[in-house]
Amino acid sequence: MKILRSTALPMAAALLLTSAQAVNAADRTVVQNKGSDTLVNVAQAWAEEYGKVDANVAIAVSGGGSGTGIAAMINGTVDIANASRKMKSKEIKMAEKKGQKPVEHVVGYDALAVFIHSNNPATELSYDQLKAVFARGGKATKWSDLGLSVPGCKSDEIVVVSRQNNSGTYAYFKKAVLGKKGKFRQGTLDMHGSKDVVDLVEKTPCAIGYSGLAYATDHIKMACISKQAGEACVNPSVSTASDRSYPIARPLLMYTNGEPAGEIKKYMDWVKSDVGQCILKNKGYAPTRDVSCN
Amino acid sequence: MPEASSTKLASTADFDRRDLDWYIDKVVQLIVFFAGISAIIFIIGIFVFITMEGLGFLFEDFTFKEFFLSPFWEPSDEDAPEYGILALIAGTASVTGLAMIVAIPFSLGAAIYIGEFATGKVRETLKVLVELLAAIPSVVWGFIGLSIMNPLIIDLFDVPVGLNVLNAGVILGLMAAPIMTSIAEDALKAVPDRYREAAEALGATRWQVIFKTVLPAAKNGLLGAVLLGVGRGFGETMAVLMATGHAVNIPGSLFDPVRALTATIAAELGETAVGSPHYQALFTIGIFLFIITFLINLTADLIVRGIRKG
Repeated sequence: MKILRSTALPMAAALLLTSAQAVNAADRTVVQNKGSDTLVNVAQAWAEEYGKVDANVAIAVSGGGSGTGIAAMINGTVDIANASRKMKSKEIKMAEKKGQKPVEHVVGYDALAVFIHSNNPATELSYDQLKAVFARGGKATKWSDLGLSVPGCKSDEIVVVSRQNNSGTYAYFKKAVLGKKGKFRQGTLDMHGSKDVVDLVEKTPCAIGYSGLAYATDHIKMACISKQAGEACVNPSVSTASDRSYPIARPLLMYTNGEPAGEIKKYMDWVKSDVGQCILKNKGYAPTRDVSCN
Repeated sequence: MPEASSTKLASTADFDRRDLDWYIDKVVQLIVFFAGISAIIFIIGIFVFITMEGLGFLFEDFTFKEFFLSPFWEPSDEDAPEYGILALIAGTASVTGLAMIVAIPFSLGAAIYIGEFATGKVRETLKVLVELLAAIPSVVWGFIGLSIMNPLIIDLFDVPVGLNVLNAGVILGLMAAPIMTSIAEDALKAVPDRYREAAEALGATRWQVIFKTVLPAAKNGLLGAVLLGVGRGFGETMAVLMATGHAVNIPGSLFDPVRALTATIAAELGETAVGSPHYQALFTIGIFLFIITFLINLTADLIVRGIRKG
């Protein structure tokens, strides 16, 4: 009897608890939010904070990459899709065919920094130089082609580090720096994550690569970028990305199905509000406008 | 009438023998039968599945010339996607080739030592260790390539990056060697002792017995072992993904980074939209890999069987 009671009591309590949660869940609106790995940390922070603002709305966040989020938007299985690149026209057509109407919201900016080894004497790089290094048919394959000699890089060869070809970062850098028709050169080392790019460049004197500013470390150098040779260059930072003076800053996007309404509209408005934008800023990304955060 | 009743009687007697054990026997027989043919069902199922997924690409964007002869692989480009796998084939082939150069002497030497020289405890211990080596997960090998071989190659050869053909080839060679050793040792064991005795009776030295008698007699089995190693090299993914540097490139030297067919599928499939040309192109690479490894394994199997019969 004693044994029975001692097990029965917590069991009953557990039952009560789950039923209470079930009642709660029925009242709660669950918003499905999925996509970009660049945005996933911010999205999670937003979801957590919003739980305090409105306890009746639960935001379920998952990553998987921009492609995954956009695919879910096309299939209509998600309320908000996160993306670090714009939807392609083909994808929008596919979504419309399936009855979805993706609406784009810019929720922040991310500067793509060009990383070089800390030994590298280069301080500023122009778009033309970047093209010569990264683009197919580009003329620079050795650091001396750029007029540089890098200590520790005996072979003088430029080791170009890139990303796998379905990453949003890859797509944005290609379009922004190499141009609409431009393509990456053969033989770039295609890393699977932003962090892998930074790790490799940090250890390799001959290397050059690109990744989101949020991944920068103290042991790596970021080039100052100018659109035209001779023009004043701009260093990548949260503020230069925010005021759009840094040339390789990409918008971070959220897609909703149609103009947002109801709870989703409230959430999107909150994300774009000062509170939401400060959370984004604290994670190392640039807000869409000037906000003062503490 | 009496005749009919007697047959009826016989059949009831028959029925009586079908007790519980009889049914268990039948059920187990059925289960074993399905387990036996499941391999065939799975292999056909897998082939049908990857073919269906890749079919759309084969009919629309696929051109034989581009797919097999162009070194440009850029399937995610919006305006002008490129689907050339020549550089990927070159990557896989160069890494597998180097792996065989590394693995063949190692595994042959190990097989000859275990099969012909070692006795007693040494032999048993070595056999267990070789099996153990074969059980190391490929991601661990990849990690060794990434964190030990990479700085080592940079230091030794003064090259900018250590993730290249050399790194992946050595790693893959070490991975394939244990399996090749096991099969090669079986092949040596299959050579009847009377061959060795006859050779020794003619006054051959130990060296001569092995190189002039045992190895030629085990030739087919050894070739089978090598081919299975090649199959392993073609199919390996994780270690190759981590150690090659993952760069679409036709290698000009051992120190060039490359990219393998398998690693391309592994790295890209997760983020492509299901049913898109890129997705289908990856499955077409899958079909190609499937056919290649199937042919290699089939040839190896036929060669090994050939020696058993002959």
